[in-house]
Amino acid sequence: MSAHAESHGPPVANRSSRVDSRLLGIYFFIASEVMLFGSFFSAYFFARVAIPHDKWPPDPYELPVYLALLNTIILVSSSFTMHWALQSIKRNNRQGLIAGLAITFGLGLTFLLIQAREYTRIGFSPHDLAFGSTFFGLTGLHGCHVFIGLTLLLIALVRAIRGHYGPSPHDHLGVEIPGIYWHFVDVMWIVVYTTVYVL
Amino acid sequence: MRNPVRTEAEAFTFVIAVLALCAGVAVAFILAGRWIALIVFAALGPVVFYRYFRSDPKVVEPAIWDHDRGTGRHRILVVANETVVGRALREEVVRRAREGDAEILVVTPALNTRLRHWTSDEDGARAAAQDRLDESLAALAADEVEARGRVGDDDPIQAIDDSLRVFGADEIVISTHPPGRSNWLERGVVERAGEKFDIPITHVVVDLEREADASRSA
Repeated sequence: MSAHAESHGPPVANRSSRVDSRLLGIYFFIASEVMLFGSFFSAYFFARVAIPHDKWPPDPYELPVYLALLNTIILVSSSFTMHWALQSIKRNNRQGLIAGLAITFGLGLTFLLIQAREYTRIGFSPHDLAFGSTFFGLTGLHGCHVFIGLTLLLIALVRAIRGHYGPSPHDHLGVEIPGIYWHFVDVMWIVVYTTVYVL
Repeated sequence: MRNPVRTEAEAFTFVIAVLALCAGVAVAFILAGRWIALIVFAALGPVVFYRYFRSDPKVVEPAIWDHDRGTGRHRILVVANETVVGRALREEVVRRAREGDAEILVVTPALNTRLRHWTSDEDGARAAAQDRLDESLAALAADEVEARGRVGDDDPIQAIDDSLRVFGADEIVISTHPPGRSNWLERGVVERAGEKFDIPITHVVVDLEREADASRSA
């Protein structure tokens, strides 16, 4: 009888991994994303090295380096506010968490809007040479990742406003994992900016 | 080695490292041109990444997969290798177990040679560690102390880290040979564990030779 009473629900899953399954998921996801970005970077560098040009970007195109620098500053700042948000909830500061997530979301959205504006004024399109294709491919891929990150941040922000999350590690995993993803997106942009706009 | 996606804090630190590297490359480009910037990247990149991955985080974040807490009992993680069978360690564990309702996990890192480690030939090391562990658990059981055991990674710090993920310990007991004969002390295992884990750590020195002499003379 007691055995019957204890048999509710499925058996406990066998956990052969020592890492939390949700964290393992983000590991694999980020690993696949690194490979995806790697393929786009390969295409970009191939176009840049294999196709002879006197200068890069090829004439008559110019890249808006300073506007992209402003965008870089905005995105890097959002990493700081993301970190602040998570440190706040670890200290049980719910207002800090909400403010941090809201500012991070706002900065990310600003980045995306500036990038959209940049695309409309940049003076070339993906059809213009391999340069245009690789530029829009790489920066557009990154923009898609910012959009995914913003979606995750919005979910975390709504949950935070509704009173979810707490200082215990188990209770703020829903902020921790979007935070890891957001920093990954940030790192990718720093590399994209340095290679595409600066070098 | 650091894992940049282990926690959000680690990922943030990695952002800073990449930012520093790319800022250096950008400055070199502005001051000296593209080729110098590439040289700076080739020179600075390995240094930045090597320093990042080899450094220990100063602020230890609690492992977010630490899901096994809350039984209400005081939890003691005992880490020992050859000294796991030592009398001094056993007496210390028995004394602590009798002080209160304690839950004990004994971990014996499977010490291995570097060559065998890199070739994944660790069956022998794990078997030897398991034998010592069994002997230790049997001795504790004879003293009416209930303890569990597991064989851990050959790096004692890694073995502790792994164990804390499934056993949220309230304190750690590390057993070593005496100074001068202990490889772990030479490598600063106790100090490093103190810096890495925000849990009280007790160091127990076990002199197996002296214990053997004492038992022979007795």
